[in-house]
Amino acid sequence: MGESINSGVLAKWHVKDGDIVKKDQPLFELETDKITSEGTAEAAGKISLKVAAGAEVKIGQVVAGIDSDAAGAAAAPAAPSASATPASLSAPASGTAPQSPAVRRLASETGIDPASVSGSGKAGRVTKGDMIEAQSKPAAAAAPAVTSATPAAPAAPAKAAAPSGERQTRRKMSPLRQKIAQRLVAAQHEAAMLTTFNEVDMSAVMALRAKYQDDFVKKNGLKLGFMSFFTKAVVHALKEVPAINAQLDGDHIVENNYYDVGVAVSTEKGLMVPVIRNCDELGMAGIERAIGDAAKRARDGKITLADLEGGVFTITNGGIFGSMLSTPIINPPQSAILGLHAINERPVAVNGQVVIRPMMYLALSYDHRLVDGKEAVTFLVKVKQAIEDPARLVIGI
Amino acid sequence: MSSQSFDLIVIGAGPGGYVCAFRAQQLGLKVALVDKRSTLGGTCLNVGCIPSKALLHSSEHVTFAKSHAAEHGLKLGSVEVDLGVMMKKKDAVVAKLVGGVGQLAKARKITIVTGAASFLSANTVAVKGEKETTELTAKNIVIATGSAPVELPFMKFDGTTVVSSDHAIAFDKVPAKLVVVGGGAIGLELGSVWARLGSDVTVVEFLPKIIATYDEDIVRNFTRLLTKQGLKIEVGAKVTGLKKAGKDTVLTAEREGKVLEFPADKVLVAVGRRPYTDGLGLEKAGVKLDEKKRVKVDAHLKTSTPGIWAIGDVVAGPMLAHKAEEDGAAVAEWIAGKAGHVNWDLVPAIVYTEPEVASVGLGEDAAKAKGLAINVGKFNFAANARAIAADAADGYVKIIADAKTDKILGAQILGHNAGELISEIVTHMEYGGSAEDLGRTIHAHPTMSEAIKEAGLAVSKSAIHAL
Repeated sequence: MGESINSGVLAKWHVKDGDIVKKDQPLFELETDKITSEGTAEAAGKISLKVAAGAEVKIGQVVAGIDSDAAGAAAAPAAPSASATPASLSAPASGTAPQSPAVRRLASETGIDPASVSGSGKAGRVTKGDMIEAQSKPAAAAAPAVTSATPAAPAAPAKAAAPSGERQTRRKMSPLRQKIAQRLVAAQHEAAMLTTFNEVDMSAVMALRAKYQDDFVKKNGLKLGFMSFFTKAVVHALKEVPAINAQLDGDHIVENNYYDVGVAVSTEKGLMVPVIRNCDELGMAGIERAIGDAAKRARDGKITLADLEGGVFTITNGGIFGSMLSTPIINPPQSAILGLHAINERPVAVNGQVVIRPMMYLALSYDHRLVDGKEAVTFLVKVKQAIEDPARLVIGI
Repeated sequence: MSSQSFDLIVIGAGPGGYVCAFRAQQLGLKVALVDKRSTLGGTCLNVGCIPSKALLHSSEHVTFAKSHAAEHGLKLGSVEVDLGVMMKKKDAVVAKLVGGVGQLAKARKITIVTGAASFLSANTVAVKGEKETTELTAKNIVIATGSAPVELPFMKFDGTTVVSSDHAIAFDKVPAKLVVVGGGAIGLELGSVWARLGSDVTVVEFLPKIIATYDEDIVRNFTRLLTKQGLKIEVGAKVTGLKKAGKDTVLTAEREGKVLEFPADKVLVAVGRRPYTDGLGLEKAGVKLDEKKRVKVDAHLKTSTPGIWAIGDVVAGPMLAHKAEEDGAAVAEWIAGKAGHVNWDLVPAIVYTEPEVASVGLGEDAAKAKGLAINVGKFNFAANARAIAADAADGYVKIIADAKTDKILGAQILGHNAGELISEIVTHMEYGGSAEDLGRTIHAHPTMSEAIKEAGLAVSKSAIHAL
């Protein structure tokens, strides 16, 4: 399921018009549906900006010209030069699906992104009929935004007009936020999603961390967290219940025989799910390091599309914000997502005695089209058992 | 008897068979291509589509010289036709094309075996040539034996008075009176040729209309145009036989109990074609036929015997060269383990008269009969600049689109070069295009193709050059 990216917002210029730039110097920040990336100078010289910050730009569009004759001569008046090298955007994603003219018209009139519509045409192309169909769906019906640009009423008396700037502010959704919104809604519409819950006693994992933390830090230079345990427990459970590690593609079921697990990371710009590759082959330290790296890059806006693609399962941790219980939404085309929550001390019954234990609720949302209740529950129980008794991971039961 | 073994044997070197052989060779298979004729190309190239098109083209010049040259200021005097020269030109066209296919086959190192093929078993075929019989074996065999003209049991072909299309492309003189039995594409094309060359042509059709699969309005307008050209068209008439009246031959027919008589020098029987499996020995290979004597195949053109496939006219579906070609390419791909593809819902069909009639997909009448909600857009060539400048203002384009999704369901075109014009609609349809898509695609001006764009716009009542 390739994402198509053909435009973005040139969020910010790092240079001013007329600046002398060096080759490969970062020039601007480009925000697309998925990621924020940097554009660099293709040559050294004096730059002339052709696009204002905040403008929507097409991939491949020339956003600035660089007069390479002026390199190193800051004061020299820049004469138009034949050797001016255009700085252009290079597409972060490979080819985009061509659209028919009627589809393009409907996309611009309704605001429905053809990329979010499932196509019935040749090789999955979106047809006009698909766009009309998408318009009649409730999710898409909300898409045409009422713009405030042209007030319907003639200028009202100044006093009557609410000082809207104070009580409300209005800004355009970023492409990233729009994409998140679309995908969440699409997931809820397409999948037969439901959630099963369990709880897990964290005593054993906490004891292991307390016991080995110092040695772990000494050896690896990073801390042993909970995520490595949960990731390992998930891989273990995926192997036991392969249906969870499968996805629907049309009327086919695709079973994945690899274990690339997405770990949701909250960033200023929204939720991102970088994928940790081959979790079955990584050790605890390897997983901790991979998650740490991905989270840092996500927060720094340095993540690439490739980092976000190809996961077979997702773990999301609402617990870091204090959530006790929630129902996560599947990240399509994956078939399930595990939600972790806050660890709270609670009285529980163990061997007929009430004892206080650090407990966490677990939630597994799954696509019932593909996964049966028995499989989902078994999977979650496997995760619970592995966390409560990590020795199971070593022994493989 | 010599014996050779191949990956694939294709029986029949018509457009289906030779394309299948060429594609299979491209995909790395060792291929034998068998045909009774010493030239490749089958009916289409030798005695069908191609010679008839050459004659249609030549005879159009005759019509122009006789009837239209003067309006262009050309003073030609009296126009005479040298039929021998015209036939030689036709033969040269055929020779060039069959020669070209032969050269391609040779360059591709395909083994050509000339003779009549007959199955000995599911993987062995005997080919009886002039001098010797060759035995060929292969794991996969494709039956591409095509079709032959249907004969009327009470009026068998004699090659002189009662003729098939095979003969009607090679008369040695222009018959004074030609009666064509059957108002389909073949009968109307050859009827047009001889009418232009001076024959008094009567077309006798059993059904209530000619080219019966087309929409009522298209047929009505087409019939009117043909009649204007001098063809006499008799529909709803059942041919009953041939009789002698003195030294003349008379074709008899019957309509609503009334006897009709058509004096004829020659009678062209063009009532259809039958799948050709004569002498193939299909029973020895266990290949079954359907109720209409066509080779029975599944959705992948596999016959009832594993390893034996059938394509083109010999299986169910329209008997058209381009459909056979697609069948052939797909089968070669399937045999080679690739993903072959034929969209049998989108086979265009063309009648190469003047004007031509072309269609693809569902007609308006068929869509209505199915109870579909449709919008129809029409645009007349009389409002198209290029058509007017080129004396081709007869006819119109009609587009049938789904009322809700605007998806193009079909199209019919009556007009000069309709066969060339239909292609872009087929392409749009192949990609699930809507009528609006046609209307929003740039068409060069001035061209007749603008009528397609306008008809696309007319579906939503927004044609620019029509009200």
